[in-house]
Amino acid sequence: MNPHLLIAIPLLPLVAAVIAGLAGKFIGRAGAHTLTIAGVAASCALSLYVLKEIYWGGAAAFNGPVYTWLVSDGVHIQVGFLIDRLTVLMMSVVTFVSLCVHVYTIGYMSDDPGYTRFFSYISLFTFSMLMLVMSNNFMQLFFGWEAVGVVSYLLIGFWYTRPSAIFANLKAFIVNRVGDFGFIIGIAAVFSYTHSLSYEAAFAAAPHIVTQTLPVFGGVNAMSLICIALFIGAMGKSAQVPLHVWLPDSMEGPTPISALIHAATMVTAGIFMVARMSPLFEYSDTALSFVMVIGATTAFFMGVLGVVVNDIKRVIAYSTLSQLGYMTAALGASAYSAAIFHLMTHAFFKALLFLAAGSVIIGMHHEQDMRKMGGLGKYMPITAITCWIGGLALVATPFFSGFYSKDAIIEAVGASHLWGATYAYWCVLLGAFITSLYTFRLLFMTFHGEERFRHAQAEHGHGHDQGHDAHGGHGVHEPHESPLVVTLPLIALAIPSVLIGYFTVGHILYGSYFGNAIQVLPAHDVLAHMAEEFHGPALLALHGFLGAPFWLALAGLGTAWLFFLKRPQLADAAARKFGWLHRLLIEKYYFDWFNENVLARLTRGVGLGLWKAGDEGLIDGAMVNGTAHSVGWFGGVVRRVQSGYLYSYAFWIVIGLAALLGWFLVRA
Amino acid sequence: MITVAEMLTLSGVLFALAVAGIFLNRKNIILLLMCVELLLLSANFNFIAFSRMLGDLTGQVFVFFVLTVAAAESAIGLAILVVLFRERRSINVEDLNTLKG
Amino acid sequence: MPLTGEATAVLVDILFYVFATLLVAGALGVITARNPVYSALFLVFAFINSAGIWLLAEAEFLAIVLVLVYVGAVMVLFLFVVMMLDINLTELRRGFTRFAWLGWLTALALIAEIMTVVWTRGLAGVDLSRGFVPEPAGFSNTRALGQVLYTRYAYPFELAAVLLVVAIVAAIALTLRHRPGLKSQDISRQVAVRAEDRVRLVKMAAEKRS
Repeated sequence: MNPHLLIAIPLLPLVAAVIAGLAGKFIGRAGAHTLTIAGVAASCALSLYVLKEIYWGGAAAFNGPVYTWLVSDGVHIQVGFLIDRLTVLMMSVVTFVSLCVHVYTIGYMSDDPGYTRFFSYISLFTFSMLMLVMSNNFMQLFFGWEAVGVVSYLLIGFWYTRPSAIFANLKAFIVNRVGDFGFIIGIAAVFSYTHSLSYEAAFAAAPHIVTQTLPVFGGVNAMSLICIALFIGAMGKSAQVPLHVWLPDSMEGPTPISALIHAATMVTAGIFMVARMSPLFEYSDTALSFVMVIGATTAFFMGVLGVVVNDIKRVIAYSTLSQLGYMTAALGASAYSAAIFHLMTHAFFKALLFLAAGSVIIGMHHEQDMRKMGGLGKYMPITAITCWIGGLALVATPFFSGFYSKDAIIEAVGASHLWGATYAYWCVLLGAFITSLYTFRLLFMTFHGEERFRHAQAEHGHGHDQGHDAHGGHGVHEPHESPLVVTLPLIALAIPSVLIGYFTVGHILYGSYFGNAIQVLPAHDVLAHMAEEFHGPALLALHGFLGAPFWLALAGLGTAWLFFLKRPQLADAAARKFGWLHRLLIEKYYFDWFNENVLARLTRGVGLGLWKAGDEGLIDGAMVNGTAHSVGWFGGVVRRVQSGYLYSYAFWIVIGLAALLGWFLVRA
Repeated sequence: MITVAEMLTLSGVLFALAVAGIFLNRKNIILLLMCVELLLLSANFNFIAFSRMLGDLTGQVFVFFVLTVAAAESAIGLAILVVLFRERRSINVEDLNTLKG
Repeated sequence: MPLTGEATAVLVDILFYVFATLLVAGALGVITARNPVYSALFLVFAFINSAGIWLLAEAEFLAIVLVLVYVGAVMVLFLFVVMMLDINLTELRRGFTRFAWLGWLTALALIAEIMTVVWTRGLAGVDLSRGFVPEPAGFSNTRALGQVLYTRYAYPFELAAVLLVVAIVAAIALTLRHRPGLKSQDISRQVAVRAEDRVRLVKMAAEKRS
């Protein structure tokens, strides 16, 4: 494969981002979006071409450096690409979703003063994400990892005049730092064993590393430590419990960003990274169990929170957390291809859901509270239909893409024999019910039932406290369908949300699509057993109607219909009856409370102590000023010798001469 | 016949006397300069003694240069002294302590 | 009447001791005299005795130079300065003995050290008890020195000359002073002058206003 072609894929969005960012004023709004969309579209086309070349054309995987930055002590720090089937799938998904979001943004951000800046950021994000997935070494992976974090930070705080946005982006950044700390320890540990940063060397050394023991915490297996440290990085980026707290708050950013970064692509970087590192993780059962338990916990408990929040974007955010938990659980069960498959299908239908939610928000004049919606289906039919499609895909309705991936995960986790697999299985199974419950709650509360926005608006005038001021000031509050640039991406995403699972499940999940891009030890290979029972996607879907997840989802549908459409007062009654539980959920299990009141306070206390005692006392006081003081004191003593009188200097010279002469005589 | 040891002894005594002179006349710059002349003289004695002993004229050439430098030194030293006296109306070393740290 | 070698040697020894005694006495006079003028005169005396010793050591040229340069020029300069400046002698003499003990102690220590080296320890490989071998008859110290000075030491000699010029310029520059009100010629200003600096034409009314 031509390396120049591969370089062009990440560089085109970068060039577009730089031009739109620095020269945005000169090229104008139309120029900025034309340029960035052209860049991403070209990048997407090239990615699809590479996908075609690799999968159908039979081209060999590309693995090599394209630019060596520096060589130090035999360590090559370079930009390198590893383009195999895993990578190219991610590249296609990332660029495709990014393209849809670019187009959608034209409509969503049309009134925003930061229009060109926004396009610059999302193109920059596309570049960073591509660098991350295309990397063939840990250094570039880390670069991409941090770069997407920075762009995420910039975009969550895009409306930087809002204190809540600033709080949210700082929170995202700081929580990600915790994860990155683990990540960099993992990279350093790999480096210490292989003295190389390339994946190849790390994978080749895996059988050797697994025999090593590290003398920390009373001796742990080196491979387990490396994998858990790397996974801690993934926990930050992919928002797994307990580092998930930043993701719901990240909804402060504009909706296209929530779709692109905080649902479809960036948050899946952790999933991708673990799948990429499958040759390492396979060697550590401890790490896999850890991954699975964390993932399953996130999948279930974060889903539950989606049932109680009322902000439409936050519901989807918790749904994202839950789905990321599914993917992570699949990783833990060694069903890496199931995780990546779910990552792909999820990218489509979750981006779709977010963009649909954004469309609703535009239609409602920047109102995000579902309690003030209802009955919107007849006002914005395209949005409602596409949103329903996304919802059905999310709850794993048979034949929809979500079904193939999610059912595979539940089954894979059920088939796993690792420690904690039973717990994980129940979590992901019950998660199906919860998923269905919150999804249909969202759909019912938004598109059906009473048109609550009428009296809500009568009470509040115009409720755009979350929105920017562009829509403020006019009194007409009739919801309206969004323009074509908004609905077109919805349709473009709805199609793969329905179909892509059906057509690719045989290849990706049960076929040999990934080849040797993902390594699974035979003892862990749960998907192989499932593949034996696979007889085509249609049969699988029909079989799905008999499975427990489907009936649980149906139960969720029924519950949602009863509580949120038929008898909304029942929901309030239940909330009152189980007051403590409701409160626990409203407070999001007190994670934020714990972070703010215990961890933050503790950290500030330690920081204050170090500042007062360490910095001011020891460094400033004893070392810096202390040095100056002691020099000053010594100078004060010896300045007495400097009388300023010529004769005293002469005396000292002569006495010194005599003493020196005497010393030579005595010594010789 | 004069021996080297005798010359060296004489030079040493002269040197010691000059040093003592520096201590005694510590306040008077003119006398300090004179003592320096004596010190140089005693060094010249050494040069001549070794030059004669070794039969090498280089030592005497050095004495020649030392005399040159000493003449230059006393000329400039006395010039400075005159300027100093104009400024302060005194050549007392104890008045000159601007170097005091 | 020509003396024998033996007698010459004895005479040289006697003269050496006489000159040495006078030299040490002169040096003592320099450092203890109450009046700087006496000190300077004692120094002249010491230089003359040194020149005598150098003559005995057959360094005739240097002996003459010492007398000419030092006694004739440098010491006269010293005397000039001493006499020209109005020095408060009592002030300078005060505290004369304050550091005297230290001075004598240091001097004694130095003498002791040098004596140790010269008389008991000796210098490695050098016989210090050797006398100066007399130069052959007809040997000219001045000619020999000149031959060395203008050949091997030509550059240092030139440098010494430059040094002396610098010293002259420095001494003059240091002591030169411009008194206010002193009438003197400034040639560069004279050369650079222009007509408009000299003559100023003033337009005035022909008649005085009443």
